[in-house]
Amino acid sequence: MMDLLGIPLPVLMGQLLIGLINGAFYAVLSLGLALIFGLLNIVNFAHGALYMVGAFVAFLLLDVLGIGYWWALLLSPVIVGLFGMVIERFLLRPIADLDHLYGLLLTFGLALLLEGLFRQVYGVAGETYAIPDSLQGGYNLGFMFLPTYRAWVLAASIVVCAATWYLIEMTRLGATMRAAVENADLVRAFGVNVPLLVTVTYGFGVALAAFAGVLAAPIYSVNPLMGSNIIIVVFAIVVIGGLGSIKGAIISGFLLGLFEGLTRVFYPEASNIIIFVVMAIVLIVRPAGLFGKAA
Amino acid sequence: MSDETRSTAGTASKGWLSDVRLWAAIGFVALLIAPQFLYPVMVAKILCFALFAAAFNLLLGFAGLLSFGHAAFFGFAAYVTGYALQTLRFSAELGILAGVAVAALLGLVMGLLAIRRQGIYFAMITLALSQMVYFVALQAPFTGGEDGLQGVPRRPLFGIFDLSTNMEVYYLVLAIFCIGIFIIYRTVNSPFGQVLKSIRENEDRAISLGYDADRYKLLAFVLSAALSGLAGSTKVMVFQLASLTDVQWQMSGEVVLMAVLGGIGTMLGPILGATIIVTLQNELAQVGSLSTIVQGAVFVVCVLLFRRGIVGEIGPRLRRWRNR
Amino acid sequence: MTRTKATLLAGAASLLATAASAQGISNDTVKIGMILDMSGAYSALDGEGSIAAVRMAIEEMGGEIDGKPIELLTADHQNKADIGSNLARQWADQENVDMILGGANSGVGIALQDITSEKGIAYINNGAATAALTNENCAPETGLHWTYDTDALANGTAVAMVKEGKKSWYFITADYTFGQKLQENASEAVKANGGEVLGSVAAPFPTQDFSSFILQAQASGAQVIGLANAGTDTQNSVKQAQEFGVVQGGQSLASLLLFLTDVDAIGLDVAQGLTLTTGFYWDQDEEARAWSSKFEERFGAKPTMVQAGMYSSALNYLKAVQEAGTDDAKTVVAQLKEMPIEDAFARNGRVREDGLMVHDMFLAEVKTPDESEGRWDYYNIIRTIPGDEAFRSIEDGTCEAVKG
Repeated sequence: MMDLLGIPLPVLMGQLLIGLINGAFYAVLSLGLALIFGLLNIVNFAHGALYMVGAFVAFLLLDVLGIGYWWALLLSPVIVGLFGMVIERFLLRPIADLDHLYGLLLTFGLALLLEGLFRQVYGVAGETYAIPDSLQGGYNLGFMFLPTYRAWVLAASIVVCAATWYLIEMTRLGATMRAAVENADLVRAFGVNVPLLVTVTYGFGVALAAFAGVLAAPIYSVNPLMGSNIIIVVFAIVVIGGLGSIKGAIISGFLLGLFEGLTRVFYPEASNIIIFVVMAIVLIVRPAGLFGKAA
Repeated sequence: MSDETRSTAGTASKGWLSDVRLWAAIGFVALLIAPQFLYPVMVAKILCFALFAAAFNLLLGFAGLLSFGHAAFFGFAAYVTGYALQTLRFSAELGILAGVAVAALLGLVMGLLAIRRQGIYFAMITLALSQMVYFVALQAPFTGGEDGLQGVPRRPLFGIFDLSTNMEVYYLVLAIFCIGIFIIYRTVNSPFGQVLKSIRENEDRAISLGYDADRYKLLAFVLSAALSGLAGSTKVMVFQLASLTDVQWQMSGEVVLMAVLGGIGTMLGPILGATIIVTLQNELAQVGSLSTIVQGAVFVVCVLLFRRGIVGEIGPRLRRWRNR
Repeated sequence: MTRTKATLLAGAASLLATAASAQGISNDTVKIGMILDMSGAYSALDGEGSIAAVRMAIEEMGGEIDGKPIELLTADHQNKADIGSNLARQWADQENVDMILGGANSGVGIALQDITSEKGIAYINNGAATAALTNENCAPETGLHWTYDTDALANGTAVAMVKEGKKSWYFITADYTFGQKLQENASEAVKANGGEVLGSVAAPFPTQDFSSFILQAQASGAQVIGLANAGTDTQNSVKQAQEFGVVQGGQSLASLLLFLTDVDAIGLDVAQGLTLTTGFYWDQDEEARAWSSKFEERFGAKPTMVQAGMYSSALNYLKAVQEAGTDDAKTVVAQLKEMPIEDAFARNGRVREDGLMVHDMFLAEVKTPDESEGRWDYYNIIRTIPGDEAFRSIEDGTCEAVKG
């Protein structure tokens, strides 16, 4: 067995891989958060709750309608995305012109409401969601046994992140969105329906959260508390990447997942707080975040 | 937040109805006799949270800074007091002071990091930093981890005054509550408080007038943290335990709700908000997570419909009605 | 030390209080309060099923004792010690509850022990595993521990596996009182029988994703990965151990605390062959089968050992109240210590001086899917462990109050 600084290499590689998989969830969630922040200037506190709802929709699709994993992966983001558009249209728009802190408070209330509703019905023990048959089993990598499903999570997240990045940076729609962030009035003058653009963006950001929720369902079991456990970490990651920066959100998501895995090997006691420590350091050295524009 | 609170902060018109001292006296007498009619532990709990909400409001209402990490001060001070009473065998007042001191120190460190940014950034940074405190509380050996500190003894005050019954503890809590509220009242109405308000309204102008805005904000942050710690430490005396519940981010959200519901930037608002929320939690405690649902709904309704909170909405109306 | 002293002082104070009050049934009702997990990780093995079991016991007594009605209060402790002890405090101060039945979760279980002994009300715990309840945190005059404890689990499962030659262990432990105590007791048992402990990792309670802990356990090279957890934690860790190929890798899994509901949730495909220790199995004998089918008719599932223990402790408590003619905590607890405990749940049971209900335990193995004849037919009982062998003796214990 090879050793690196006294740590057996297999352990190191294994934890890094697990960290990267966790990072995949961070990346997809912080990407949605960054999109929403970019256009609405709102820190969407309900993001974690909507991630949870995404997992529950998948669970209910299977449990009630018998619709399996692959359709759920498509349907759940669509359903939750539409729900998000309703939230934006009827709850967030009325307060859009106020101090953005109100948006934070309102979405916080929404998060409580959603979490409470699901807790009331399902308790906090968690509902099982089986790994689809086609993704059962695993690969023996030599240094560890990698379950197929986790490999799939990693691959799917990378694809979704890359596609979203392409959409925003390389297409006309993305260009309009970026322009709307810079100067909404100007874009409106060019005949673009900005309110609709905002609604759609919120819906899309939320759909990303739901997508992550479906991916998570077989690993973390479907639990009303799954969102509140992860959301604060994702907040810290978005701050590290630079609020509103798409690239920053994706890169720091994966990076911090890896970093967390690394900490778990060398100093496990700190693995829960390492991301917050990184955040504090970044704020001191580069207050706008790694990829953020200087504020 | 500022545009919403401007109209209600520090307005003092003439007439007995707005005589602060009269109302304070009535409230004090009511609290003195309250435990004859109500469960003293319950009223004491309300007072602890009312002080917590008022301390939080000192920062949000009068300095315009929304902290989403105040549970760190409230909860961590509770651990310190619990440990001081249980293991170090401090007397009651020293145990509480230890909690307050640590909360103030924590406030200084968090404040130094957080006041560099404003608005949403400030909120997120305080939230993340308080989450660090949470994990420290979860893992540090002296906090008892998931179990928390149980059966913390109610040591005598100054080593002489017995605090073993619920009634005796209640009056200790009442005294601490009054002192805390008095400190907040004096702070808000002092020159320091005026400078804070001017920074809240227009930071650039305050700086150009020669005020070191960051120092004022930091001082307000530390004071708010210390008073939140006072509330948390006092709660240990009532319940004889310190646990993760008080240091979790949900608790930070709860205190925001109390202040927003009652009315940001008013003296009475946070007290009223805390009373409503704690009573609500108690009444709904046995119906699953109904209290979480109701709190979430109240939050949404508050932000959408009455952003100035109960006191902030009713106060001006009362005054208008009287002046007619 | 200090805690015991405080408990003794509080005990003396409440003794004076009870001596002043008249004997008989206080407030003309016998009030039982249940504080248990109704929504969390332990709700399936405890929760509503336990309430149904206690109701069965109350009905068996005719719903009253000497014409005084029996009342039942229930509440969810949400696995938080502060919530549990606040409930107990409020019930003692405001509701005049006579006895509290505590459910699973050792952190809450110990908190309730402290409050009840301070307030001088009876307390019987089923489901909190920690042996501390009758050792360092004992309150023998008011607090009893009924179904099983961490000592019995270690003496059953861990000893059996070491004797099979599985000598090197690595623990994945639920990071609170319960898991720590279970790991401690199991480590003692492993070492006492010639085995060794290579290491351990503490997982937060509750945990959904055990992957990184399982990797560490695999890397340790231990023959046995001991799971010192319960409820959904057990379910998740057993399933994920399967996902990460633990058994294919040549390691064995030891689930130190496994409930019938866990096996039901995991499925026999994955759970088959696991060794476990249980205080009760619905199919253990005729009497247990008869009561369990009545329970199933009512609740829709076979009882776990915690649920059966809840029934047994409530029934015996009520009988003791009837026998003693009072609901005064100390009198009733003293009465319980005089009675043999023999019912649908317990075999050769008696309540010991330190508050531990000593009774026969069973070493069992989870059946293969082929062996099982249907839902709930999950265990082969390998051996009956007599109570005195299963539990730690008073002499080896640390309960100051009874050691003098």
